[in-house]
Amino acid sequence: MLSEAEKREIEVERAQYPDNRAVSVEALKIVQRSRGWVSDDSLKDVADYLGLSVAEVEGVATFYSLIYRQPVGRHVIHACDSISCWVMGYEKTCDTLQQKLGVKLGGTTADGRFTLLPIPCLGNCDHAPAVMIDEDLHNDVTADNLDGILERYE
Amino acid sequence: MEPVLTKNISADRAPLDIDAYEKAGGYQALRKALRDLTPGEIIETVKQSNLRGRGGGGFPTGIKWAAIPQGDKARPPAYLLVNADEMEPGTFKDRLLMEGDPHQCLEAFIIAAYAIQAQAVFIFLRAAYHESARRLSRAIGEARDKGYIGQQICGSDYSVDVVLHRSAGRYICGEETSLLNAMEGIRATPRWKPPLPQVAGLWGQPTVVNNVETLCNVPHIVARGADWFNNVSLAEGKDGGTKLYGASGRVKRPGLWELPMGTPARELIEDYAGGMRDGYELRAFQPGGASTQFVGPDKLDVPMDFDSMAKAGARLGTGTMIVLDDKTCPIGALANLEHFFAQESCGWCTPCREGLPWTERLLLAIDNGDGRSEDLNVLSMHTRFLSGKNTFCAHAPGAMMPLESGLGLFQAEFEDHIKSRRCRFRDSGGDR
Repeated sequence: MLSEAEKREIEVERAQYPDNRAVSVEALKIVQRSRGWVSDDSLKDVADYLGLSVAEVEGVATFYSLIYRQPVGRHVIHACDSISCWVMGYEKTCDTLQQKLGVKLGGTTADGRFTLLPIPCLGNCDHAPAVMIDEDLHNDVTADNLDGILERYE
Repeated sequence: MEPVLTKNISADRAPLDIDAYEKAGGYQALRKALRDLTPGEIIETVKQSNLRGRGGGGFPTGIKWAAIPQGDKARPPAYLLVNADEMEPGTFKDRLLMEGDPHQCLEAFIIAAYAIQAQAVFIFLRAAYHESARRLSRAIGEARDKGYIGQQICGSDYSVDVVLHRSAGRYICGEETSLLNAMEGIRATPRWKPPLPQVAGLWGQPTVVNNVETLCNVPHIVARGADWFNNVSLAEGKDGGTKLYGASGRVKRPGLWELPMGTPARELIEDYAGGMRDGYELRAFQPGGASTQFVGPDKLDVPMDFDSMAKAGARLGTGTMIVLDDKTCPIGALANLEHFFAQESCGWCTPCREGLPWTERLLLAIDNGDGRSEDLNVLSMHTRFLSGKNTFCAHAPGAMMPLESGLGLFQAEFEDHIKSRRCRFRDSGGDR
């Protein structure tokens, strides 16, 4: 069952679109914000509430990289792996991240603090390598300044 | 040059609120459009201005708008769908416009919506652009309170609503027809054309899809006229206005600059970006994003406008160039690019779904010293099989542009990787 708060948020979105199907992406993101990720049960909750089939909503959910169909940590680190960041040292930054966190790309730290994921171009190419943690964009991220950035996220 | 699109944007990107924007002359073009101009007159002016699509395609905006059924043929509701899904690797220009001057964006969207007589504007915003979302949302609220959005705008009989839709992360959504499916809440695979979106787009209704930078030119064209817009440009062909150019990679000062359309790459790299970093030479560059060809230093003096770049066998694309230096492995760069395209293939058509991962695997093998000389033929075959009309949409043909050009430009490096069975760039401990 969706919570009352989730339903209220979905209703705000629903007022803006001509049909329920168009609301599904926003609804999945609303549920993800409140629950951390979108489980099979959450997905069914959204489908039932909007009167859509589970298959339809699953088709949408699995299409997007920022709908998490597996649990994630308290903070999600998105390391840009596209061309400008790659030229400017993405591989080194990413290796350092993996070593410091003790996880591979896609993994979550044992304490549940961080999940590390790659993301295509963050549109921050003049400050490559770029990393986004939760909703914060970080510029010129190298092995040297990573610690100072990570410690801001508990 | 006097900045046009960026005149209100400060170095820290702190945006003007609605009062400050109005004081700077903002929303005057919208008032003028609603008061003095018919939708048809605006479309004609935009046609005369030779404004072309800044998302990379370069299609004439006025001609796109004119395909919307009008007058007796109008079939309401019509929609303006703003493509703010900026995700082309190496491209960071629309983010500047949305963060730095959100009211300019809204004024532009509303004038364009009026020109095509749209009942609603949907802004399809990239999920990862959180700051753009916050600033656009705030601006939409302010504009609604002041009567620039909603019923009977500025006392006219025109009404329009603006909806900010935030996506969830997938490059293909930026493709014009995939965008329609994404907006409707179904898997964002492309649709066949015809029908054009202007005839049957969102929910089957007439829809115009335009890029953010493209639209941001519209208030200035309305305010200052088509002749002025054409005169701003250096391009010899039909290609008006300024362009938000950019450079990233190992240049001294990566960044974005608004300059006349047709500014050559040499000026961008050597003057605005300050040249290559010390110890690095220019090997090649992609003029406008991941899906544009690599070109060598011999193309530095080609004017960066749509027609001149095409004549030189290249593409302007988004105009934000990716600079490849001599110490970065070009094979690794190609593998990175094809990894992106393979990952972002929507899977709808077989050549793209199967072919792109194949090119990525071959490039990785060569990069790792496991390549064979036959691999080059197979890669070359792919550039033919995945181009032209062999795929459903432009995703795979775009992916083949850097590969096809790279096979030629980086031939020596390909052969060296294969012959020596290693990557000298990696082994030298240098940059990759």
